[in-house]
Amino acid sequence: MRRFTELFTAIDQTTKTNEKVAAIVRYLSESDDRNSLYAIALLIGNRPRRPVKTSDLKEWAATAAGIPDWLFEESYHIVGDLAEAIARVLPSDSPSRSDYQLPEVIDELARLPEQTDEQKKEVITGYWRHLNPDERFVFTKLITGNFRMGVSRQLVIKALSIHLGMDEAAVAHRLMGKWIPAAETMASLFSESVQSDRVFQPYPFYLAYQLDAPIASLGAIEDWYIEKKLDGIRGQIIVRSSQLFVWSRGEDLLTDKFPEFGPLANALPDGTVIDGEIIPWQDGRPLTFQVMQTRIGRKNLSQKSLREAPLVMVCYDLLEWKGEDIRDMPMHYRRNLLETLLSSPTLPPALLLSEVMPFNHWGEVAVFRQQARDFHCEGVMLKRKDSAYGSGRRRGHWWKWKTDPLTADGVLIYAQSGHGRRANLYTDYTFAVWDEDGSLVPFAKAYSGLTDKEIAELDTWIKRNTLERFGPVRSVTPHHVFEIAFEGIQQSSRHKSGVALRFPRILRWRRDKSAEAANTKADLLQLIAAVTK
Amino acid sequence: MLKFTERGVYCPQADLYIDPWEPVEKAVVTHGHSDHARWGMGRYLCHVHTAPILRLRLGAAIAIQEVEYGEVITVNGVRISLHPAGHIIGSAQVRLEYEGEIWAVSGDYKLSYDGLSVPYEPIRCHHFVTESTFGLPVYQFPEPDLVFQDINSWCHLNAAEGVNTVLLAYALGKSQSILRQLQPGSRSVFLHGAVANVNAALGEVGYRFVGERITAETDRTALKGAIIVAPPSALGSPWLKKLSPYRIAVCSGWMQLRGARRRRGVDRGFVLSDHCDWDQLNRAVAATEAETVYVTHGYEGPFARWLREQKKIQAHEVHLHGGEATEADL
Repeated sequence: MRRFTELFTAIDQTTKTNEKVAAIVRYLSESDDRNSLYAIALLIGNRPRRPVKTSDLKEWAATAAGIPDWLFEESYHIVGDLAEAIARVLPSDSPSRSDYQLPEVIDELARLPEQTDEQKKEVITGYWRHLNPDERFVFTKLITGNFRMGVSRQLVIKALSIHLGMDEAAVAHRLMGKWIPAAETMASLFSESVQSDRVFQPYPFYLAYQLDAPIASLGAIEDWYIEKKLDGIRGQIIVRSSQLFVWSRGEDLLTDKFPEFGPLANALPDGTVIDGEIIPWQDGRPLTFQVMQTRIGRKNLSQKSLREAPLVMVCYDLLEWKGEDIRDMPMHYRRNLLETLLSSPTLPPALLLSEVMPFNHWGEVAVFRQQARDFHCEGVMLKRKDSAYGSGRRRGHWWKWKTDPLTADGVLIYAQSGHGRRANLYTDYTFAVWDEDGSLVPFAKAYSGLTDKEIAELDTWIKRNTLERFGPVRSVTPHHVFEIAFEGIQQSSRHKSGVALRFPRILRWRRDKSAEAANTKADLLQLIAAVTK
Repeated sequence: MLKFTERGVYCPQADLYIDPWEPVEKAVVTHGHSDHARWGMGRYLCHVHTAPILRLRLGAAIAIQEVEYGEVITVNGVRISLHPAGHIIGSAQVRLEYEGEIWAVSGDYKLSYDGLSVPYEPIRCHHFVTESTFGLPVYQFPEPDLVFQDINSWCHLNAAEGVNTVLLAYALGKSQSILRQLQPGSRSVFLHGAVANVNAALGEVGYRFVGERITAETDRTALKGAIIVAPPSALGSPWLKKLSPYRIAVCSGWMQLRGARRRRGVDRGFVLSDHCDWDQLNRAVAATEAETVYVTHGYEGPFARWLREQKKIQAHEVHLHGGEATEADL
């Protein structure tokens, strides 16, 4: 644990990417295969599932620290990170054992779910006693479920590429999918010769940036494929050795969640990988994202939910064909193959082709983008016809061009302290609109969109204008108005305001507006009527 | 004997305030930090080593009565004396005694030794007024010696790579204890003007510190592997840019928490505080043997509740003017 904690600290202490990469390379060169594998898994976010309940951890920590539960809660709210709060409230002078090895610790944590609560407590509090505060923090971070190393996947790939002397794209590919460090060696994971049995392995997704230059700067429109940007789940459908794998972009294996795709295992030829958008679809058009979320949230799929939210994949790319990786071929080549494949009459109806929009000039694209919601999409995707299928988020060949968000002006009424970098700062805000009776009803929660400077200013204001405190939450004088942007709006019986927003965030601080000038609930209902016409 | 008023802590019998917030006739000032030593008092009473700071910050013309630690002054029957608080140079607790009742107002204080300030001495009293800046159990500070070792080895490491080290620390107090603990070897030490001004003022009462003031004439491009001590306000300033290449650290008790450290966007955060951590607060309260404790400045709610429920002490939270400390203040 000591070496891994040092790595964590080294990464945490610098904001410079080359120093982070250097720290990883140093760790890999000084560690054995097993330690390296486990560390790589953690670096890219591949960690054991949470073995214990948060409430148990809190209780054990308070007991071990000799403090009452309420004081632990107070401390936790200030720290804003459970693992750190635990690591810091426990005695700082405990003797440290240096011989814990990362793989043993992880394997022990992986076995925990099958054990009794008493055994769990003994194992975890045992580690707490024997690790120093920094190690204790990293260890506890591993079990609180939000472990992040402070490096992007791209940096880990870069470090591995330096360490192994391998091409970055190849490293990226090998890291895909939910591999288990205990079942691998560095050779099985990275050496070319043993790849054939990794039939489950998806390709790294190629991602686009939001277009940030005038559309005309893209050159001739004939060089581009223009498709609708749908609001579903990006996924990869893989058929190899007559087995089907459906991966989400978050690298969750969702095969069992989507029985619609089951028949593809036999209908698609072996060695086929399709990239597309998984989305609920009925009567020739997508259903709302909320339908999708409800469906994904179901543990058991009933006939009813299959009927109410039937899924398709709107396919837009072909990455592997007849077992051959064709990502380096130009997009028009891949698309031709895809069109041929999808035109086969024997294919189940769950695969649709992403339509190429027949625009003649950029002006038409711009108009379409503005009205995208009317066409059940969130904008357009622009892809160069001669582009290879890249790896990760890249500029130049693929762009997304999303329509402008919907907006409403809300009054800040509650604030809650944030987590991590925002710990002990009031950064999570609740905004309200006016109801007919003159009261304020909360309609949106948002915690992004302000600059650090604005956050600091608002934090000071919140602390001086608090009306009431409820644990970590404070109500404040209704005064400041913020323009809230969101991607969608729907009626909802679960929310007090009667509306639910999709992806709300702060667009700007409206210092020019008084609280009275904020929007009303009636305005929001009108907006719903307008977008669902 | 004492009252908590809008203007500050007030003693009606002696008709004086301790660290008042608004102008009053008679003020006892515990130490020179700007949230305690404010402008506009008719007369100031403070420790001899705080006096030059008050003159530097509030003007040379102010009326100051200077006393040594332990020296007793009697005002209308109230025996008043200052005692070491260990917070910064000249920092004092105020002891007040009247008809057998003893109060102690600690101001800001710490129990750990910074190598410079006269160490804290507990005062046995009936009523104890304590700050609670770091009054939560997550604040357990490392030994200052270990932190100073870390700072020194980090300076060496940076110098070995040919970059300057910038240490951000409050100009009064922490800067001086860092300067006292630095082992610069052959490397030069430079000071931001705010730090140099404080050093010069403390020079009047005999303190000497390493370091050269950076002025317009200083050739900053020639600095290599140097150590620069500056106040936190220098972060992000054009003044700082000219010291490139450098690595920069904040020295503060707030650096105990990772979120605060990361938010500052600096290379390192050294946990160095001139306040008590959780253990020190508890030890201090116990040592006073006070029956009643008034908790101010910081986490007064949780700390007072802790003392009431766990230590069976009558503890009250007191909200003094000025609201909560925000990180920007420190």
